[in-house]
Amino acid sequence: MSRIIASAAIRGAHKYVKDAEEKLNELIKEKGEKQEVAFPNTAYHLPAILALTGIEVETLSDTKKALEQAKLLLPPLVREKLWLPYLGNTLDAGIATLIATEIIEALKYVEGYKPEGIWLGFTDDSTLRMQGIKLVDGRMSGFAACVGALPTNEQAVKLARSLQQKNILVFMVSSSGGKSMAEQLAEEGIEMNWDTFLVPYGKDTSAAILALNFAVRAALTFGGIKPEGPENAMEVARKILLYNKDRVHAFVLALGADPGVNGSGQLITDEKYAAAAGAINFGFPTLSDIDIPQILPTGICTYEHVVSNIPLDKIVGKAIEVRGLEIKITEVPIPVPYGAGFEGERVRKEQMQVEFGGKSSTAFEILRGRPMDEVEDGKVEIIGRDIDSVEVGTAMNLAILVDVAGRNFSEDFESVLERRIHEFLSCANGVFHMGQRAIAWIRISKEVYQKGFRLKHIGNILVAKIHDEYSKIVDKVQVTLITDSEKTKAPLEEARKIYYERDERLGGMTDEDVDTFYSCILCQSYAPDHVCIVTPERLGLCGAYTWLDCKASYQLNPHGPNEPVKKNKCLDPVNGQWEGVNEYLKVKSHGNLERFNAYSMLEDPMTSCGCFECIVAILPEANGVMIINREFTGMTPIGMAFSTMAGQVGGGVQTPGIIGIGKVYITSKKFISADGGIKRVIWMPEELKKEIEERLCKRLEEIKEPDLMEKIATENDAVTSEELLAFLEEKKHPALSMPPMI
Amino acid sequence: MDKTKERSIDKTTQDMLQRAKEMNIPTAWDRLESMLPQCGFGQLGICCRNCEMGPCKINPFSVKEQTGICGASADTIVARNFIRMIAGGAAAHSDHGRDIIHAFMLAAQGKTDAYGIKDEVKLKVLAREYKVKIDGRENNEIAAELADKFFLEFGRQYGEMNPPRRAPEKRVKLWRKLGIIPRGVDREIVETMHRTVMGVDNDYKNILMHGFRTALADGWGGSMIATDLSDVLFKSPEPITAKSNLGVLSRDEVNVVVHGHEPTLSDVVVDAVRSPEMIALAKKKGAKGINLVGMCCTSSEILMRHGIPVAGNFLQQELAILTGAVDLMMVDVQCIMPALSGVASAFHTKLVTTSPKNKAPGVTHVEFKAEKAYEIAKEIVKMAIENFPNRNGNGIHIPDKSEDLVAGFTAENIYNFLGGAYRATYRPLNDAIIQGRIRGLAGVVGCNNPKIKHNYGHIEMAKELIKNDVLVVVTGCSAIADSEAGLLQPEAAVKYAGKGLREICEAVGIPPILHVGSCVDNSRILIALTNVIREGGLGEDISDLPVAGAAPEWMSEKAVSIASYFIASGVLTVLGSPFQILGSKKVTNFLCNEAEDIVGGKFVFEGDPVKAAHIMIDHIDKKRKALKLKPMMYR
Repeated sequence: MSRIIASAAIRGAHKYVKDAEEKLNELIKEKGEKQEVAFPNTAYHLPAILALTGIEVETLSDTKKALEQAKLLLPPLVREKLWLPYLGNTLDAGIATLIATEIIEALKYVEGYKPEGIWLGFTDDSTLRMQGIKLVDGRMSGFAACVGALPTNEQAVKLARSLQQKNILVFMVSSSGGKSMAEQLAEEGIEMNWDTFLVPYGKDTSAAILALNFAVRAALTFGGIKPEGPENAMEVARKILLYNKDRVHAFVLALGADPGVNGSGQLITDEKYAAAAGAINFGFPTLSDIDIPQILPTGICTYEHVVSNIPLDKIVGKAIEVRGLEIKITEVPIPVPYGAGFEGERVRKEQMQVEFGGKSSTAFEILRGRPMDEVEDGKVEIIGRDIDSVEVGTAMNLAILVDVAGRNFSEDFESVLERRIHEFLSCANGVFHMGQRAIAWIRISKEVYQKGFRLKHIGNILVAKIHDEYSKIVDKVQVTLITDSEKTKAPLEEARKIYYERDERLGGMTDEDVDTFYSCILCQSYAPDHVCIVTPERLGLCGAYTWLDCKASYQLNPHGPNEPVKKNKCLDPVNGQWEGVNEYLKVKSHGNLERFNAYSMLEDPMTSCGCFECIVAILPEANGVMIINREFTGMTPIGMAFSTMAGQVGGGVQTPGIIGIGKVYITSKKFISADGGIKRVIWMPEELKKEIEERLCKRLEEIKEPDLMEKIATENDAVTSEELLAFLEEKKHPALSMPPMI
Repeated sequence: MDKTKERSIDKTTQDMLQRAKEMNIPTAWDRLESMLPQCGFGQLGICCRNCEMGPCKINPFSVKEQTGICGASADTIVARNFIRMIAGGAAAHSDHGRDIIHAFMLAAQGKTDAYGIKDEVKLKVLAREYKVKIDGRENNEIAAELADKFFLEFGRQYGEMNPPRRAPEKRVKLWRKLGIIPRGVDREIVETMHRTVMGVDNDYKNILMHGFRTALADGWGGSMIATDLSDVLFKSPEPITAKSNLGVLSRDEVNVVVHGHEPTLSDVVVDAVRSPEMIALAKKKGAKGINLVGMCCTSSEILMRHGIPVAGNFLQQELAILTGAVDLMMVDVQCIMPALSGVASAFHTKLVTTSPKNKAPGVTHVEFKAEKAYEIAKEIVKMAIENFPNRNGNGIHIPDKSEDLVAGFTAENIYNFLGGAYRATYRPLNDAIIQGRIRGLAGVVGCNNPKIKHNYGHIEMAKELIKNDVLVVVTGCSAIADSEAGLLQPEAAVKYAGKGLREICEAVGIPPILHVGSCVDNSRILIALTNVIREGGLGEDISDLPVAGAAPEWMSEKAVSIASYFIASGVLTVLGSPFQILGSKKVTNFLCNEAEDIVGGKFVFEGDPVKAAHIMIDHIDKKRKALKLKPMMYR
């Protein structure tokens, strides 16, 4: 009986709006209407409210305006008899709940709330950018907002594992019977953070808004949807909600009953129903292990809206079906769970059974194409001792030699496939992998060792995953794992030679050497007009695709996201503009872009999708540019943090003076070469400077400006424009005496 | 008592018929009885009175083909008579629409004491459609320009009317190809009159195609404009509850019945009876208050917008007066039985005509003018109050039965009650059809007719349809019939609907039968069907949809026009009694067979409402099959 749900959800919305109003009035009385209201580190104000009402909440007085909108949406309670249509009203109550709960959660921060213990609270923009992209590009299958708790801790762990294994991000909020799923996991010592796909938001049901305002920002950041103020709020909000329905495969799991609620037969609280109604507006259905009423007819969500009474061991499978998730699960024959949810999991020293590489030993990995008859498919050979013959905590040497063969395989693909080893191994529960090539570092946890994980399983993973993802070019895969130190020496030497050759192949290649660039329109799924043009000297702004990678990708899949773009006639060698590129751009941006300069950030620069590694922004007063990397959350001399700037540059629009780039481009000869090149760089965060130090030194040597390293300020030298100017003048930074940028 | 049971299935009506019998006051049923046998030539449509060479009648049994004196065949005579009925109906609906534009124009000019723009959103939607500038203009300015453009829809002499272009693209193209997109409402009605004058069109197909064009000018023109501008002036309906049947009359309040069609009168009376001044006056005269109730379509207008109780449908108008409790019945136009003055004269009831188009001998006439609508409304209400003390205490008989109902559905608010403000959509409806929870949609509309047991046709057909998972939309007297049987209550879904339909009703919170308004509001059904096409997944044209229409108890020329514009829009339409066309096999064959290949819809005549429902269901199933939809979910 949907009427029970509607009645409860509408009651819940009324309660939330009342709670929000009381709290708000209290705070206004205490702190005045001008008191600032904000979630930490976001450019989206109170994101759900921004999306739904177009109001940019900055103060308590703005909050009041937002709450008025919620009140307007509040429908009357559902009558016991002769009721009026309630589906639309329930959805409106859901929207009112979103607004009210976001106010409730934001006001906690006004009162000085800091998430503590297992709870993470509001997700800031930098995490959103890093994680949200996975939701929209499919690396994460979706997210599950788990509301409540399970009958036992063991079942909680099982549910979490089964979601992780399917690459489903797990948000945890609220409680049932006084307990939250997150607390259950914590009691079982499960690591919970963004890297493990297990995110405990807060114990209140209102914290569910934190999952939904994450979804809202995914649409704003990656969907190229821009808030247009209160006038057009309804239209924009609709786009955001539909974006989520179509692209963000999320669902709500209402777990466990709330005993004695309303003193009647109702099984879960009005507030939970109200939150679920909010989620249904996004197309996110609710599934429950208990026997709550169902709403089976479809139309707002893709399939059913509320499905209940599902046994816990079937709930994930049912959720996948109801939400219409497409999950590609490769059976990886190993004794531990496998999935993207484990990708970011760390294995600390005290949890470690054994490690390879890092500081204490040598580990390297190399993938080579071989003739067909030299590869025995599926073979995993171990040369040396396995991990069960060494003490706990030992560091061993390891060579991972992957040989592949395929009729369509070419040498160009080697590095593309090799780079995936990191991801393939990381996705195993209890296996930690970092670095690549000869700086690989692998740890295996005690826990999975106990479950029977051995060295050969590393081989099994690679064989399974390479077959799974590259079946078009790879027919056979074999893996050799060498732990015998002596026997790793020769292969390592050979590998180093190959690494060097590969670097040279691209390193020496210039844009002038080729007549074809490659495009990347992978991100058009969420930034419809954005087109990346990848050249030998300018890699994709995400940092993941070089010209060679794009070329390989095109060969792997000619109908995929990377296409060759003929340069044709050069229209402007300084700015880097070609007739063929312009023509391609015009078509692929659906007529939105006319021209593109590869080497200028000021005139017809490249657009950005939203997943750039760094932003380069002009500081006109200093006649130079600053570069800020995604990981840096601090303030910058331009007066904005990364998240705020990112909001201005994403979405496939040309924004002269501010561009998104990949880190490697900073040290390219073509780095904004039309605007003065590397000598324009006057500021970057310390961590970025450290990270690219080696290549930066080399590049500065080339231009005979080795001192410039010292002259580029970091946040330790300056965070305001004034401080920066003083620093640059003191250091005599060359940018100050260069021709004006604009 | 036996005869009264045959006349109506409604207990209240039976009760009142018994009283009429006892009081020896004849009603429509009695007059029908004394009329029998009715003229066979008239029924078959083969009597021509269009010139003074005649009247001519064609012998339907003649072996040799007989013609009129001018040589007109039975086909010509039947076709001409038929489209003159269309013209009559179209004229009525459209003149109603014209009056609304007039009130709308006066409101825009600030020349009325009663009307204003109550639905700004819809005003702007219409302005955008008619390319009237909105930015920086007051509502009144927009409305004034729009009023002129709407008047032009009546007087346009060439080109195309605008509202028919709202139809699905494929339908508009078809109409264009067939040359039946109407140019202007008056243009088509006048041409009908011209073509059917002695010695003009005698190709029955050519005549009937123009009949379609005239009917389209009603459904997609005059009626649609009436609906649209009524929404702008009196606000768009929202789902609302109310009560229905003669039991809504009050024993101790002043009973004012407003009967007829146009909301320009009834809507302002709602304000008048709610004014403290009038209420005080009523109390002074010994009444507890003022009880405004509606009758026929004008009732639906104020029911949909204000929840005003419904006293009854067409055949209950005389019975309302028979209660002895009606202090005043005011009427405007259409479906007002001339017999009313006779019935009223037997009681204290004051009958007041208000339209210059409808006067009655010996009946008080208070002419309604949009300029001082409120003043006039108050004047009439005052007459009612002053008549209250004249009631004959013992002579009052109010049946104690009334039913709850939910009304107020429109093509526009479907979006919101299915998807809320932010996800407004028809998707759940389309999905329900596509997945086989709902079999299809049916419009059951039209009048009462004493030839058919009162309300029986409507109620039995509706019940059979919803039992078979067909979601039913109703207007006019059909809606009132269903309301009197409790079918417009959301609880009726549990009681009467098939499992699939019930699931949808329960998910959305709707009754299985949706009241969408008065008879001009049949235009809402056209728009709703168009919206279903736009939502996608159910074909490209209205004729692709699993839908059907019916008028099981039709009697008015307006029903002839409505049925014609529905078939010309691609909808199979079942009539409870045949149109007056059976005198020509060719005309009958054209309208009941060939039309389907030409315009997508056709007429079916079936007197048994349950059989008729199954004709509709079979047709819906045929369309489902053509769309390759899933089988019904619960069989």
